[in-house]
Amino acid sequence: MEKFEVESGVAVPLRRSNVDTDQIIPAVYLKRITKTGFEDGLFASWRGDKEFVLNQEPYKNGQVLIAGPDFGTGSSREHAVWALRDYGFKAVFSSKFADIFRGNAGKQGLVTGIISEADTEKLWAAIEAQPGISATVDLKNKTVSVGDVVVNFDIDDYTRWRIMEGLDDIGLTLRDEQAIADFEAKRMSWLPKTIPAKG
Amino acid sequence: MSALTLAEKVWNDHLVVKGKDGSPDLIYIDLHLVHEVTSPQAFDGLRMAGRPVRRLDLTIATEDHNTPTQDIDKPIADITSRTQIMALRKNAEEFGVRLHSLGDIEQGIVHVVGPQLGLTLPGTTVVCGDSHTSTHGAFGAIGIGIGTSEVEHVLATQTLPLKPFKTMAINVEGTLREGVTAKDIILAVIAKIGTGGGQGYILEYRGSAIRSLSMDARMTICNMSIEAGARAGMVAPDETTFEYIKGRPHAPEGAQWDEAVAYWKTLHTDEGAKFDAEVFLDANTLDPFVTWGTNPGQGVSLLETVPSPDDFSDPLDRAAAERALEYMDLKPGTKMRDIKVDTVFLGSCTNSRLEDLRAAAAVVKGKKKADSIRMLVVPGSEKIRQQAVEEGLDQIFIDFGAEWRFAGCSMCLGMNPDQLAPGERSASTSNRNFEGRQGKGSRTHLVSPLVAAATAIRGTLSSPADLVGN
Repeated sequence: MEKFEVESGVAVPLRRSNVDTDQIIPAVYLKRITKTGFEDGLFASWRGDKEFVLNQEPYKNGQVLIAGPDFGTGSSREHAVWALRDYGFKAVFSSKFADIFRGNAGKQGLVTGIISEADTEKLWAAIEAQPGISATVDLKNKTVSVGDVVVNFDIDDYTRWRIMEGLDDIGLTLRDEQAIADFEAKRMSWLPKTIPAKG
Repeated sequence: MSALTLAEKVWNDHLVVKGKDGSPDLIYIDLHLVHEVTSPQAFDGLRMAGRPVRRLDLTIATEDHNTPTQDIDKPIADITSRTQIMALRKNAEEFGVRLHSLGDIEQGIVHVVGPQLGLTLPGTTVVCGDSHTSTHGAFGAIGIGIGTSEVEHVLATQTLPLKPFKTMAINVEGTLREGVTAKDIILAVIAKIGTGGGQGYILEYRGSAIRSLSMDARMTICNMSIEAGARAGMVAPDETTFEYIKGRPHAPEGAQWDEAVAYWKTLHTDEGAKFDAEVFLDANTLDPFVTWGTNPGQGVSLLETVPSPDDFSDPLDRAAAERALEYMDLKPGTKMRDIKVDTVFLGSCTNSRLEDLRAAAAVVKGKKKADSIRMLVVPGSEKIRQQAVEEGLDQIFIDFGAEWRFAGCSMCLGMNPDQLAPGERSASTSNRNFEGRQGKGSRTHLVSPLVAAATAIRGTLSSPADLVGN
């Protein structure tokens, strides 16, 4: 995971609520066994519509997505995050994210910032006044700005720290190896084991 | 000691390291369920880092999302589906993970298999790279869906860093009327609190209506917690739970059984414990519930009409309703019971257990399906399929005109060949009515097994009450 402090890129207004992960990437793209190359699946069914925002010239190289509430609901597929990342997105902003999506994004270094609905409208207006304008995401100061519009966003401090440092979760957890072993030693003896199989 | 909720008790009993200064808690995982879609990249990660699976004895895999439901003795025709299944088989062999492959009696939908084997137990933590892991909460477990990075994390460490959740009580009091089921309860709950209403919470379903439900029905409810935005939903274990578990292959036995039950009996929300939020639903007045839109919160009583966008005061809800009506090709004011469907799907981790099959079979027994209808019946596991065959349910469905299939996720998400054609409309006992969920351009109405069965007879959305006099 790469370190992230301040990043800028083309801002994209996605004026939709309840963008579920089936819309972010349909199930048909989930059959791959690799972890990259999912950009073609991003919003695949909506991209068939030439009016869709990512099909409009100024937004084609979008990197910062501003979406309506309840973004990332539904299936736990991390492919949704991979598709956004592979397309080039570095950050997504919404007034509300689904928990699993947000967790997955954090693992991949995709910033998910919570902004108010009023600020969402302000950013949408600023972007649509100048399609193709860049947004600057300052993770250190938790702000996203488009032109003169500067908005504060929320992200939990732990995820923010991990993304800023580019740290891998498994490595962090393995520092607690002794605590895990101690916990395992006192687990109740009746808890089931999958091996050997009983039938 | 202070009064605790059920969720807090289970959480505390799995705390490996308490998070400090905003860092998450490190939680121990008792059972990790694995399937072919969300695991290949996780095994790849282990391989690259040279890490083994830490606890093979707490890990089990099955094939479900991509598996065909007919001609299962032939090679899987779709090459990408086959590749994904082969990758799981190769990974399971290389790392030593127990796998139940297509054709095996324990193969089936991952959330049906865990409980069936007695591996899902009260007070445990269960994870799977699938959002419907919330199903396991029916036993008083914390079951949470995770992404692929987390799958890799659990494989490597048998733990997960998790932020503590808030708790929400969903109180359902009263007695369900004839023809009203667990599915109708959960669809009504989601319509009430919205698809984001449970976000950040573990839900606990409580009250007399929940207590009177079977385990199969409780699983249906907990299964769709994620559709309300909650990562987990739970029901406190009771005699119904113990009865279900006793004698299952991996359930504790003898003195260990007694020890386990003594512990399980402590797993309830204490008198005086505070929930962060509470919701109330009256079971006495509930009707069969169905969805009209493209998210599971867009539902109404079957006796009502398709709503108008003007019924919604929030502009975003109004826009979402407009878009949903256009996608679903529905006009406001249309009676839900006049909506004609093409396909009925009875299956998925929500409603594919024996009780679901029995309920639907009782409705269609001795009848013929409407000519215009195609009906697919897909049991949740091979074991359930065989039990249903022993009871003669397969023949009831076949005589009715339905297609009787092998186990898997099937048309719930159409990763295998079981899909709707563009524009086709289904009454589906599954859990998501998203745009394109059951195939590109597909239109889905979420329903209970009883409504599915009655709909297959009449050809329009119906409940068994509509069949009286037919």
